[in-house]
Amino acid sequence: MQQTKQILVIGNGMVGHHFVDQLRAKDPLAQITVLCGEAQLAYDRVHLSGYFSGTSAEQLALTTEEAYQAANIQYCLNCWVEQINREQQLVVTSQGGQFYYDELVLATGSYAFVPPIAGNDQPHCLVYRTLQDLEAIAQSAALSKVGVVIGGGLLGLEAANALKQLGLQTHVVEFAPQLMAVQLDQSGGQMLRQKITELGVQVHTGKATQAIVAGAQCRYQLQFADGDSLETDLVLFSAGIRPYDQLARSCGLAVGERGGIVVNNRCQTSDPHIYAIGECALWQQKIFGLVAPGYQMARVVVSQLTGGGLSFTGADMSTKLKLLGVEVGSIGDAHARTPGALSYVFIDPRAQVYKKMVVSFDGKRLLGAVLVGDTSNYDNLLQYALNDMPLPKQPEQLILPAASGAPIAALTLPDSATICSCHNVAKGDIVAAMDSGCCDLAGIKSCTRASTGCGGCTALLKSVVDDELKSRGVEVKNHLCEHFAYSRQELLHLVQVGGIKTFAELLSRHGQGLGCDICKPTVASILASSWNDYVLKKPHVGLQDTNDAFLANMQKDGSYSVVPRIAGGEITAEKLLVIGQVALDFNLYTKITGGQRIDLFGARLEQLPAIWQRLVNAGFETGHAYGKSLRTVKSCVGSTWCRYGVQDSVGQAIAIENRYKGLRAPHKIKMAVSGCTRECAEAQSKDIGIIATENGWNLYVCGNGGMRPRHADLFATDLDTETLIRYIDRILMLYIRTADRLQRTSVWMEKLDGGLEYLRKVIIDDELGIAAELENQMAALVNTYACEWKATLQDPQALKRFRQFVNSPDADENIVFVEERSQIRPATAAEKRQWLQQIPITELPVKALAEEN
Amino acid sequence: MAWTDICAVEDLVENSGICALLNGQQVAVFLLELQLQERRVFAVGNYDPIGGANVLSRGILGSVGEQIVVASPLYKQHFSLTTGRCLEQPDVVIPVYRVKLQQGRVWLNAGQQNQQASAA
Repeated sequence: MQQTKQILVIGNGMVGHHFVDQLRAKDPLAQITVLCGEAQLAYDRVHLSGYFSGTSAEQLALTTEEAYQAANIQYCLNCWVEQINREQQLVVTSQGGQFYYDELVLATGSYAFVPPIAGNDQPHCLVYRTLQDLEAIAQSAALSKVGVVIGGGLLGLEAANALKQLGLQTHVVEFAPQLMAVQLDQSGGQMLRQKITELGVQVHTGKATQAIVAGAQCRYQLQFADGDSLETDLVLFSAGIRPYDQLARSCGLAVGERGGIVVNNRCQTSDPHIYAIGECALWQQKIFGLVAPGYQMARVVVSQLTGGGLSFTGADMSTKLKLLGVEVGSIGDAHARTPGALSYVFIDPRAQVYKKMVVSFDGKRLLGAVLVGDTSNYDNLLQYALNDMPLPKQPEQLILPAASGAPIAALTLPDSATICSCHNVAKGDIVAAMDSGCCDLAGIKSCTRASTGCGGCTALLKSVVDDELKSRGVEVKNHLCEHFAYSRQELLHLVQVGGIKTFAELLSRHGQGLGCDICKPTVASILASSWNDYVLKKPHVGLQDTNDAFLANMQKDGSYSVVPRIAGGEITAEKLLVIGQVALDFNLYTKITGGQRIDLFGARLEQLPAIWQRLVNAGFETGHAYGKSLRTVKSCVGSTWCRYGVQDSVGQAIAIENRYKGLRAPHKIKMAVSGCTRECAEAQSKDIGIIATENGWNLYVCGNGGMRPRHADLFATDLDTETLIRYIDRILMLYIRTADRLQRTSVWMEKLDGGLEYLRKVIIDDELGIAAELENQMAALVNTYACEWKATLQDPQALKRFRQFVNSPDADENIVFVEERSQIRPATAAEKRQWLQQIPITELPVKALAEEN
Repeated sequence: MAWTDICAVEDLVENSGICALLNGQQVAVFLLELQLQERRVFAVGNYDPIGGANVLSRGILGSVGEQIVVASPLYKQHFSLTTGRCLEQPDVVIPVYRVKLQQGRVWLNAGQQNQQASAA
């Protein structure tokens, strides 16, 4: 009986964890015990360098102790195995623990290879492999200015990224004449080197390091075989990996000449009760240093242990990744070593893109590819290679820029085509999931696990799903509501192209019914973003949402709060006195807001004009606290006063707030300007965040606080004010044009195909050729700004709406305040009842809740 | 029941609402312009029983399927302007008043509730 077997796993890396996870899914009763050498359970080693750019150890974790406990998986952390006793089927740990097994799985992984260089064992000579290594690197980096990575392969460049993120002057030293010699050809390696050098990482190829000695300017000096030398404070070895096979060796299992535990197609070692998977396993003289083949091995062993017949038949080593922000892809025979192979090459020296395609002698099959600087063709090419699909007549079209926009028709892929190689999900699995009722991307992801590994197949998965939905006659809808069969973006286009100025016109030309509380405010916002009419103008007044309708924020009892603009949070004592006096005269509750201004609560509808008359007379403008529009530009005090400030953040914040005030958008927009890197204005939690540098301004975009916090992305650095404003103009206008209704910039960015990189291409490189148009639209809006309250006070028709009763000067008796902490607050329902009992019955407000008739 | 003269037709706001006081009761009066020349006027209680505030006259008018509704400005429940019934919580019903436009004036009738409002 399989179920009663004691299964022992040594190692809890990505592959070891995948094995446990898969086995538990297949066999709920198996007794599983995991011995883990590290202090925590499995984490994502592929995205390790994210640790230095804000990804926490928790976010890197692939599981939790609670999850293992819930799945009834025994585990032991910090647990090093000393010995395997094959006769007794017993494993002994260094702490003396004993674990018997029926089947043993070695998932011990690999360790970083440290080349035999004299002086390689000194402090600040480190490796890059585990979370513990990362902590050591961070500590060392804090005491260092210059860092060198020895090894210019895939992992070495990842490590260089880590050093760069830690703020070190970074060098990469490679023994081979080029970077990434395994995956890239010579020209690809050159292009990669050029791009990485421009990013500030110095590359030294063809250098054999002979010794690490004491340095003159830095802590150490690397001495190369050719007589050159390089000064550095920190040395990081990333010159390849070696399988952890000592355990296997010492218990007499067969190992390869150059290491690795020999396994057969069932991933069995020379002992049939011991399996080896992942980077410690040697299959047909090959070690697979990628996670996908490791996962495949894990599934093979699960199948073996649960009576299945899956076997390991080798793995595709194609890879697509981003190194130091540079996109790199390699597929199959990248070096064109297949006899008769032909190569097509495309080089764009301006954009620094290199693409090579290796095809069979007859031009009919794709054998391999190299992509540097642009991997948008990767998914397409990989499908041709993996599925052995016949190439089009002119295969070069597959890498030429014109063809970039035409992805492979997902419908033409065979059901066997692997879509997600991390979790081995074929197109057929996705179709089956859709047959069983999953019909959106999120559902398919959670039920097939496709695209939940490295995420490289996201775009392909989406096109498979969309095509499949279309072929089933399901329309993929993004309609605003029952009155308009259009998305917000489409409606904006219709309004702008058709020159439509009112909701009635839009409804009669493109909609149906009367409209509703979804489409009316959306269209009101679109009209305001397009033509900037006064929002309470006759045709627009009925479209405005609750707060916009009376230019104030409705509170729970139907009273309003009032927020005058205090740009950048800077206010004179005189103006403070005015706000205080208004609050006293109208008996308003006052509170300082999170956006560095003052909110006045408890105003009745009919009081709003009088309150605003006072504020406008004193020079205040509306603060748009009620609008889906720019709220505030928060600032710290900046270089004017602060000992640390490097720019005038207050001045900049005021200028920016005054530029974008009143700008109607799909949702509210918050900004902040910090005067130095200490970031006291918390700009990285804003839609637009600006942080001063010695040389100008760093621009962060699409951050969010609130319900779903998101750190803003660094968009561009060291900008002068003019460029900064130009970029913000473009970004905001693009957001207004393309976002969904009530979509904050953070979600907009996450949904944007191509993400931050795409946004940069559109905003900085003007790839779509719309930058000038965006700026002009923004200029038009900025130039037509008018304070809505000032306009309202001058418009007797608009003012008529600001009364409780059309036929009586009375006030709403349901608005009742009591005192708390020396200010007013709305009375609770119970307090109102009490108050009602104290007045004569004839003056009771009528209970408006009707009886059913 | 007698009709009460509330205000001038010009005091209404097209495709929006105002609030009137009728014998001490707050009544929301809406003017809906359907097509050119076609106007309809509705009157319901101003009190939103779910939000607990007198605010319905400040809600957005619209249609849900064939029903003409106002959305509460507080929590956006929809109330039918012809039956007073809340679409999201059908056990909640607000009063519906008879209303008419005559001689340039708006007239309300407090007597009969929740019957089809008359069109002008």
